[in-house]
Amino acid sequence: MSWLTDTLTSTLGRKVIMSLTGLFLILFLVVHLAGNLQLITDPTGEAFNVYAHTMANNPLIQVVSIGNFFFILLHIITSIMLTMKNKKARGVNYSVGGKSSTWASRNMGALGTVILIFLVVHLKGFWFKSKSGQLEMIEYGGVEYGDLYGVVNAAYSNIWYTLFYVVCMGLMAFHLSHGFQSAFQTLGLNHKKYTPIIKGVGKVFSIVIPIAFAIIPIWMFAQNA
Amino acid sequence: MNLKLKIWRQENANSKGGFEEFQMKDVSVDSSFLEMLDQLNYQLEEEGKDPIHFDHDCREGICGMCSLYINGEPHGPTQTTTCQLHMRSFKDGDTIVIEPWRATAFPVVKDLVVDRTSFDNIIQAGGYISVNTGGTTSDANEILIPKEVANEAMDAATCIGCGACVAACKNASAMLFVSAKVSHLGLLPQGKVEAKKRAENMVAQMDAEGFGACTNTGACSAQCPKEISLTNIARLNREYLSAKFTSDNN
Amino acid sequence: MKLDAKIPEGPIAEKWTKHKFDVKLVNPANKRKYDIIVVGTGLAGASAAASLAELGYNVKAFCFQDSPRRAHSIAAQGGINAAKNYQNDGDSVFRLFYDTVKGGDYRSREGNVYRLAEVSVNIIDQCVAQGVPFAREYGGKLDNRSFGGAQVSRTFYAKGQTGQQLLLGAYSALSRQVANGKVKLYPRTEMLDVVMHEGQARGIVTRNLITGEIESHAGHAVLLCTGGYGNVFYLSTNAMGSNVTAAWRAHKKGALMANPCYTQIHPTCIPVSGDHQSKLTLMSESLRNDGRVWVPKTKEMAEKVQKGEVKAADIPEEERDYYLERRYPSFGNLVPRDVASRNAKYVCDEGRGVGPTGLAVYLDFADAIKRDGESTIEAKYGNLFDIYAKITGENPYKVPMKIYPAVHYTMGGLWVDYNLSTNIPGLYALGEANFSDHGANRLGASALMQGLADGYFVIPYTIGDFLAKQPYDHFNEDHESFKKTEEEVKGRIEKLLSIKGSKPVDYFHKKLGKVMWDYCGMSRDAEGLKKAKGMVQEIKEEFWKDVKVIGSNEELNMTLEKAGRVADFIELGELMIDDALNRNESCGGHFREEYQTEEGEAKRDDENFSYVAAWEYQGEGKDEVLHKEDLKFENVKLTQRSYK
Repeated sequence: MSWLTDTLTSTLGRKVIMSLTGLFLILFLVVHLAGNLQLITDPTGEAFNVYAHTMANNPLIQVVSIGNFFFILLHIITSIMLTMKNKKARGVNYSVGGKSSTWASRNMGALGTVILIFLVVHLKGFWFKSKSGQLEMIEYGGVEYGDLYGVVNAAYSNIWYTLFYVVCMGLMAFHLSHGFQSAFQTLGLNHKKYTPIIKGVGKVFSIVIPIAFAIIPIWMFAQNA
Repeated sequence: MNLKLKIWRQENANSKGGFEEFQMKDVSVDSSFLEMLDQLNYQLEEEGKDPIHFDHDCREGICGMCSLYINGEPHGPTQTTTCQLHMRSFKDGDTIVIEPWRATAFPVVKDLVVDRTSFDNIIQAGGYISVNTGGTTSDANEILIPKEVANEAMDAATCIGCGACVAACKNASAMLFVSAKVSHLGLLPQGKVEAKKRAENMVAQMDAEGFGACTNTGACSAQCPKEISLTNIARLNREYLSAKFTSDNN
Repeated sequence: MKLDAKIPEGPIAEKWTKHKFDVKLVNPANKRKYDIIVVGTGLAGASAAASLAELGYNVKAFCFQDSPRRAHSIAAQGGINAAKNYQNDGDSVFRLFYDTVKGGDYRSREGNVYRLAEVSVNIIDQCVAQGVPFAREYGGKLDNRSFGGAQVSRTFYAKGQTGQQLLLGAYSALSRQVANGKVKLYPRTEMLDVVMHEGQARGIVTRNLITGEIESHAGHAVLLCTGGYGNVFYLSTNAMGSNVTAAWRAHKKGALMANPCYTQIHPTCIPVSGDHQSKLTLMSESLRNDGRVWVPKTKEMAEKVQKGEVKAADIPEEERDYYLERRYPSFGNLVPRDVASRNAKYVCDEGRGVGPTGLAVYLDFADAIKRDGESTIEAKYGNLFDIYAKITGENPYKVPMKIYPAVHYTMGGLWVDYNLSTNIPGLYALGEANFSDHGANRLGASALMQGLADGYFVIPYTIGDFLAKQPYDHFNEDHESFKKTEEEVKGRIEKLLSIKGSKPVDYFHKKLGKVMWDYCGMSRDAEGLKKAKGMVQEIKEEFWKDVKVIGSNEELNMTLEKAGRVADFIELGELMIDDALNRNESCGGHFREEYQTEEGEAKRDDENFSYVAAWEYQGEGKDEVLHKEDLKFENVKLTQRSYK
């Protein structure tokens, strides 16, 4: 297996790990958003609670969610290793900084760290609560469901929490704006005809998805205000 | 024009180094950046002081010997080599900060001179086509090469190995340099034969030299005096991955 | 001393083939027992080092740059000639041979030149196999262009960076041999002397430019591939580091210096803009294919232009003098380099030059742009126009370029025989460092050809003949001859450092350059040369009394490096003057005012000067002794060059 470990621990191999896990997480964002939109479409919270329940009890989803956590972790660990190598490769810093690249591309690590903090808060507030049985129960058609909607609704009536969420989505937009097209470049998927399309899609994606995510707390906050 | 220069001075590889300030008077706007430094050195020598050491040779923008990180940009504010940078790119009264290339794989030798042997080491790891000099090599026109392919190979081959890509990259990555060579040779039919081994070995050597990883910021290409394109990096990624997963090399 | 060029007998087309058969071979298993030292890693050095290592010899390669890839061959723009006749326009080995001998104004050896033309075809094959990305036609075949006044299209090119691509090819071959362990590289190392014992070259003494360490390297043979000495003029198109030191040290150890006065002045360079200038930039000669050279017809108009009162575009057609087209109707703007350069000098001497200094002529693309459109011109010359705009701050698409001749190449160099061996056994000279192939004037796109021919295809054969006769053991670095030479080198460095005078090295270099340019440049006369000789001697005296070299030996010290090189340039300058004074004729790059036709063209004296002037060093302050190698022309008829 030496060739495989060689490959995966080379700078290029590590970048491929970043790219593939990143692309997976991009896909996850889409699925997650689709679910979350039910917070708006059904203000009673029933649709969302049923959806959350189904997700929590489907074995396939369980496996995928473990994978998801694993990929997040791998994305983080790999990025830390790369950042350490990169810092060491520079050695001494310049006294005048360079500006010949986008701000987002130069600050992926910082952006990622903020997103990580967001994740911790986010998981602690919603995911951990539902997993540790702290949810109040609610009944739809004779079946009992955890009232995750209630928790979310309560959270988004808090202006600070809502603001935090919205700001983090803004930063995620920057992370995605570089990450999306960068993932393709790392995999070598670069072509005169298709790269402009990938870049275009990446731009749209990195704006639309975070906005869609951010609309939810704003909308819910407005409902509660 | 009059200028204030802040220049990195360092006696040798092991000493600490720091900035020293100089006032320059009556610099011609027509002189090149290096000629401005010549003028400073002439003054320093007249005063019996150690002149500033910097690398330079052809002064036509092709040998790749000159370096200098000027006001936050390798080779200064125009996309060219330092020797082709002219003082008309600056304004009277400007302060100019001059630093050496900064990378662990490019240790400072003295003042603004750095050691770029790591680039030679990478080329030695596979930046060639394994043919001996042959009196009876097949005729040059025996293998046809589409003009577009030859041009693309030429665009990659135009790299002068100056190291501006490494200097510009926040990770001190050498990917643009390595990818330019891998692309140049890999695009040509003559170089395809050992393309896989080449990509694998050159990347391994690049890592061993202590260059950083590419994070696709694009600063390298934006600062490259020869405008080497980022598509070369994508090609290297592709070649490397396909080599690693399909070649027989263990 | 009798000079034997060792040209093989027989018909010219068979000499090389016959010679390759006649030379002794070294058994493949024995090749690893021989050590070869190669100084310089340009086209000649890198190709020789790589090829010899491929054969199995152990090679040590030295260069003063930080990487072998940076040697000044890299700056050649235009292209490389080869008698492939791909264009079916009547080219042949014989025609390339003929053109080169004629272009050299009949001052080169037929045998050498024919061989050069013969192996030119192999060079292209070799380079393509190595991955040199030459320009191609749409059908996938190699493209050619006509270059430097040649009547056929035989020049292969890679954009305007042919030298770079060829050098990177040779450098990659060299790198491969480094990886194979057959070549050991010594970058940032300068050769400071040849080690001699019993009349044979045994190795070299070098200085590590980072640490200042003086080291010896022994070998069975030493190859000097150290380029030309154009920097004797201070301002030239050479790289800042290009120098004569290796060749000059060899000369002082007994190697003959041949035809040192043959200097090529390139007609299309960017004019000097001021005192600050450190080097001149060449614009490829290919520009003359479409650009028209002119100056104002009258001195009065020219003065207005110089003061900036009148712009080029405002000068009406009838006030312009397209002097090359006028004087040479059949070749027009494409006359050879020496003719174009001299005519530029004449019109400027008449006071009709343009630009603030009056030392420039126009190279105008207005007609070409009108005829072919700006995009066509951009496709052909875009990168050259960009270089010009960057350096001058003027847009050549809108205003005519200004050009002036500059020193570009030196045809003279160490005397070598057919085997590229100097008169010292074991010491070889390749590429621009030798004198052999270009006579008194080099044709465009021939320097790259010669460098690679010498390295790839000549030396690998001819050196075997010498090595086969050598014992396997060579002197090692502990031998007294090495110790003695090391001491000499150290003594010289100490002397330079101990003078502690008042003037920086560049002061002397500039002063020397001006004398050489004024009196031993584009045109020379006996009176001026005699005066110049005295001036150079004064510079030498002043240098050794008053030069100021800062710092110590034990560090990276570029002032010290420069001081050693300038000291050698000063001595070479004097010999160039002697040689120019001796040659009472005009030929190629050597134009003596006293010897010209009524039309003002170079007038050769074949009866008295059809020889190679090879100079032998006699010791400090003594005049050198001239040895003559007579040139025999059996295949080319000597004619007066005419480009009318």
